[in-house]
Amino acid sequence: MMIPNNIPESRRSFLVKLSLWLAAIPAALVSVPVLGALLAPLLRRSEQQWRKVARLSDIPVGATKLITFINADPLPWAGTTARSAAWLRREQEDLFIAFSANCTHLGCPVRWEEKAGLFMCPCHGGVFYGDGSVAAGPPPKSLVRYQVRVKRGTVEMKTAPVPITEIQD
Amino acid sequence: MKKTLKRIWQWIDDRSGLSEMLHPLLQHKVPRGLKWNYVFGSATLFCFILQIVTGSALALMYQPSSDKAFASLQYITQQAVLGRWLRGIHYFGASAMMLLAGIHMLRVYLTAAYKYPREMSWVSGIILLLLTTVMGFTGQLLRWDDNGVWSAVVAAEQMGRVPLIGPSLARLLMGGDTLGGHTLSRFYTYHVFMVPGLLILFLGFHLWLVVRNGISEPPKAGRPVDPKTYRTWYRNALRSEGIAFWPYVAWRDVVFSVAVLLLVVLLAAVAGPPPLRKPPDPSIVYTQPQPDWYLLWIYALFALMPPEVESYAMFFGPLIALFLLFALPFLSNKGERSPLKRPWAVAGSIAVIVLIGALLLAGSRAGWSPAFKQRTLPPAVAASAGPDVKAGKVLFEQKGCLYCHRIGDKGGIVGPDLTHAGSRLSTTEMHIRILNGSTGMPAYGRLLRHREMQQLIAFLQSRQ
Repeated sequence: MMIPNNIPESRRSFLVKLSLWLAAIPAALVSVPVLGALLAPLLRRSEQQWRKVARLSDIPVGATKLITFINADPLPWAGTTARSAAWLRREQEDLFIAFSANCTHLGCPVRWEEKAGLFMCPCHGGVFYGDGSVAAGPPPKSLVRYQVRVKRGTVEMKTAPVPITEIQD
Repeated sequence: MKKTLKRIWQWIDDRSGLSEMLHPLLQHKVPRGLKWNYVFGSATLFCFILQIVTGSALALMYQPSSDKAFASLQYITQQAVLGRWLRGIHYFGASAMMLLAGIHMLRVYLTAAYKYPREMSWVSGIILLLLTTVMGFTGQLLRWDDNGVWSAVVAAEQMGRVPLIGPSLARLLMGGDTLGGHTLSRFYTYHVFMVPGLLILFLGFHLWLVVRNGISEPPKAGRPVDPKTYRTWYRNALRSEGIAFWPYVAWRDVVFSVAVLLLVVLLAAVAGPPPLRKPPDPSIVYTQPQPDWYLLWIYALFALMPPEVESYAMFFGPLIALFLLFALPFLSNKGERSPLKRPWAVAGSIAVIVLIGALLLAGSRAGWSPAFKQRTLPPAVAASAGPDVKAGKVLFEQKGCLYCHRIGDKGGIVGPDLTHAGSRLSTTEMHIRILNGSTGMPAYGRLLRHREMQQLIAFLQSRQ
């Protein structure tokens, strides 16, 4: 490339810098809302809700039942994906435990095998005892528990994020 | 008429310079002896073009919304004009693209075409393979049946194993705390805009590199690559015996790609797309999620890895594998290229093929998954036996034993086959095993009463 020798180098480098820095302004401005959309799930936290999940009389002492509920703050177009499931176990007359249905291995839905007294995962063969502790297979920790309370004859459960097993678990 | 058309073309060509631009690309000299093992890259490219075309057609009907996507897929598959065929082509096109990208990579590795000066071709190729895998994963997820929603959860769980930022990555992937309205829109954006954009970008770069550095010549044992002299040697070789890419070499690419595309189209018409399963409702827990075939080997790996190391392997495994893949052309960018002189490369390739093949096979059998459909044994199994054996058979069915153990031709294959358990194990041995379980089996000591244990063992002892 020929540079006309009557134009000083300082002018060339000024014009290069000017152009690049100018271009950076709209790029930086636009990336703010774009990154906002991309990272929205990290920036927006929704309040967890108490949901009525069963009547006291529905669940005999000692039983474990599937309960389904609507997640906290679903979007209008979430459809069936707004639903979640948990396993509610009536330990004693007034003591309930709610287990997340997600296997602690990779999140697949565990099913309660009533007669065997075991939770079994269909994906990689994880098995849990009735109290949620690991019975067999690859899960690294017990089933995660949700908060439960009994209010005026109904069992309420607090919605929660899908439990994510971390590397140290 | 013909004359007029010719004049129109000449006008267009003169004003646009199309021939001027394409002619050198088509006529560029390439080495002699490029045979049928050089056709896989171009076939992968044609599959990608097929995916763009059929993907666009599918997008005409697909509803990228968590509540409507499943219904729109049912519509495409069952009602839309030739929709089933279209979905089938997109599915088999994806399968072919994954497979061909893998074969292309293997060919490049075996003939060491990644050595000087083509290191960047290898690096961009790895990126393209990764992006293609992401396309495969997000694509099966867009089917948005029960498999789709659980794929999203499984992916989020895997992300969760990344140290420190794992939970944030998991949230980003699901689009929030849980699955919901954001989930599908995000995966749709990845599958339809972001990843294809990156694919096209890196593909352009990958192709540019072919023009810039030339197609690698067929390797010859005893003719090592020397970075000091290679470029001059290559230039001279082309000058003395190179041939024009089009049509003397390209015809093989065309023949093979056409065969692949026809096979894809035909398979799609005959076999059709993967069936839709249950609706995308995460509260339906009675489901058995499984990835499409090209990801089955990873699914198998997660089931078969020792649980103690798995959380670490899930994060460090891919990291180390990627590092090694990216590092390859920098670790060895000169020397012999012929597989005849690189026995370890051949052995390594065979090992990887066998490993992935075995994992695919294991994944398709999914031997670690309880056979939930197997609820009873035929009555004949304990027909003429005493009451304890009969009661033991019922317990064997009810306590979940049958999900994992085989009796005759019924039952799961997670644990040992118990068809002849009575002839292998004594009563005491059985007692100890059932009581304590193992890494793969629950300890039934806390689940069976003493009497039940006796009945179960009586049944198992009758299996001679």
